[in-house]
Amino acid sequence: MSTPKHPGVLSKKKKGRLGANRWLLLRRSCQALTLALFACGPLTGFWIIKGNLAASRLFDTVPLADPFILLQSLATGTIAASTAIIGALIIAGFYMLVGGRAYCSWVCPVNILTDGAAWLRLRLDIREGLQLDRTLRYWGMVLVLVVTAITGILAWELINPVTLLHRGLFFGLGLAWTIPVAIFCFDLFMSKRGWCGHLCPVGGFYSLLGLVSLIRVRAEGRDRCSNCLDCYAVCPEPQVISPALKGKDGRGPVITEANCTNCGRCIDVCAEGVFSFGSRF
Amino acid sequence: MKEKPETAGPDAERRRFLLNTARTTCGAALVGLGLGLYANRQAVARPVYTTRPPGALPDKKFLAACVRCGQCVRACPYKALRLAKPEEEVATGTPYFIPRRIPCELCEKRPCIRACPTGALDPLLTDIYKARMGLAVLIDRENCLNFLGLRCDVCYRSCPLIDKAITLATLHNQRSGKHTIFQPEVHSKFCTGCGKCEKACVLDKAAIKVLPLDLAKGELGKHYRLGWEEKTKAGHSLIPEQMDLPDRMPEFTSTITPEWKP
Ligand code: SF4
Ligand code: SF4
Ligand code: SF4
Ligand code: SF4
Repeated sequence: MSTPKHPGVLSKKKKGRLGANRWLLLRRSCQALTLALFACGPLTGFWIIKGNLAASRLFDTVPLADPFILLQSLATGTIAASTAIIGALIIAGFYMLVGGRAYCSWVCPVNILTDGAAWLRLRLDIREGLQLDRTLRYWGMVLVLVVTAITGILAWELINPVTLLHRGLFFGLGLAWTIPVAIFCFDLFMSKRGWCGHLCPVGGFYSLLGLVSLIRVRAEGRDRCSNCLDCYAVCPEPQVISPALKGKDGRGPVITEANCTNCGRCIDVCAEGVFSFGSRF
Repeated sequence: MKEKPETAGPDAERRRFLLNTARTTCGAALVGLGLGLYANRQAVARPVYTTRPPGALPDKKFLAACVRCGQCVRACPYKALRLAKPEEEVATGTPYFIPRRIPCELCEKRPCIRACPTGALDPLLTDIYKARMGLAVLIDRENCLNFLGLRCDVCYRSCPLIDKAITLATLHNQRSGKHTIFQPEVHSKFCTGCGKCEKACVLDKAAIKVLPLDLAKGELGKHYRLGWEEKTKAGHSLIPEQMDLPDRMPEFTSTITPEWKP
């Protein structure tokens, strides 16, 4: 199966430049807005949110916390204070609504880099690279918890690129910039969608929330599919499309796979309007 | 010659499955080992010139509870706290302060503790003066101006718990023979480790420094009893009162003194 080098040409013709990038633009705006929210305080002195992606407080009242970090903390045998637990429940509940890995495509700062690397890879027509197993992220996740339990400290958070980058941006980067650069180069030259699509344990954790999440992409118009393969070319997790699109073994049109990031890129790029956001039911 | 293993069939498939599993497990174990060893090193490494915020749990528990969110950093009105960058020696992302740069001002409202969502800064520490971030130690008795015979007293006067955490003990000045040395003395019963003394010390490098408690303090053997304390507790001495023998001076003192001329 060879994927198109310029996916979305047809869609652009039909829906116009804006229409063919609607979700992409919304998503980039959301990522930018998230960064702006955290940057606002330190830069202007007007505090909307304090903290970082690990844990924060909105308007000095609503606590938010990353459920994966709290899970790691639990693995050390620590029971965190109720503020952090409430915060983690809020965040977990939120992503169970909007899609687990929506965290990846709409919030995580690393995604901007890895999307960039994937885009450049397509432009430069780099096709070769390491074939990684997509289940490695779950191995990684279990490994994180095991090492945490054995060492008794939040070991992963010493090197977690997601929190390292986000913390660095607002509390001083230092040498932390090297890690995102390494990930970018890895994705560009060594493995297609290597980090976010195969290795990142954080993405692995959030995909588990996606197992039950309400909002899903649906291939409702799959009968109109012209087999142009554009959606496969842009999707960061192309393996999730086939079951819903092809409807093998009587599968319904909902993309229920946990690793669909709800980025909506397939909706944008499909000229036939096959995909749309909807509920899992 | 040995037969080549089959490339198809259930046996070959099982073989492939086992090898794949072995490979992944092996890889995971190696990565895990690396991460574990690195983490363990970070757990023990903290330079002595750094200090955790007030109420911080004991180091290892702190590294299990603190999620490195920096809310304590934001809450600190004096900007004393900071989060460790990866290249620093303190465990990456965790909050600390360097007393010689900006000490903790012991805010009575405890903004940092109240901002902490995880309890890594213990909310049970309601009285900021009960904080034990470290212990100030007058470490350089050769350069401390008070030990040189001057009345600097700056560390003593900068202490928020003056006359409790730091006192001045008097000592005869052997050099001049007629003056008093006012020796700053720190008492662990009251010292919070805020570092205001270390910050205030007028020397180019502070003679008084906040050290981690386990480094700064010795420990009596568990079986030691302080006789005078036991005596007050019991109301009388626990052992039969000792006989009071007459004091005898060493004999040579009387023979040496007459020969010595200043
Ligand atoms: S996979 Fe990991 S790094 Fe990538 S977007 Fe998701 S959380 Fe961020
Ligand atoms: S299926 Fe669509 S929404 Fe899901 S990850 Fe792929 S492109 Fe994004
Ligand atoms: S007590 Fe006050 S000065 Fe000290 S670390 Fe906390 S907020 Fe900062
Ligand atoms: S507020 Fe608490 S959890 Fe957050 S960095 Fe400070 S000590 Fe750690």
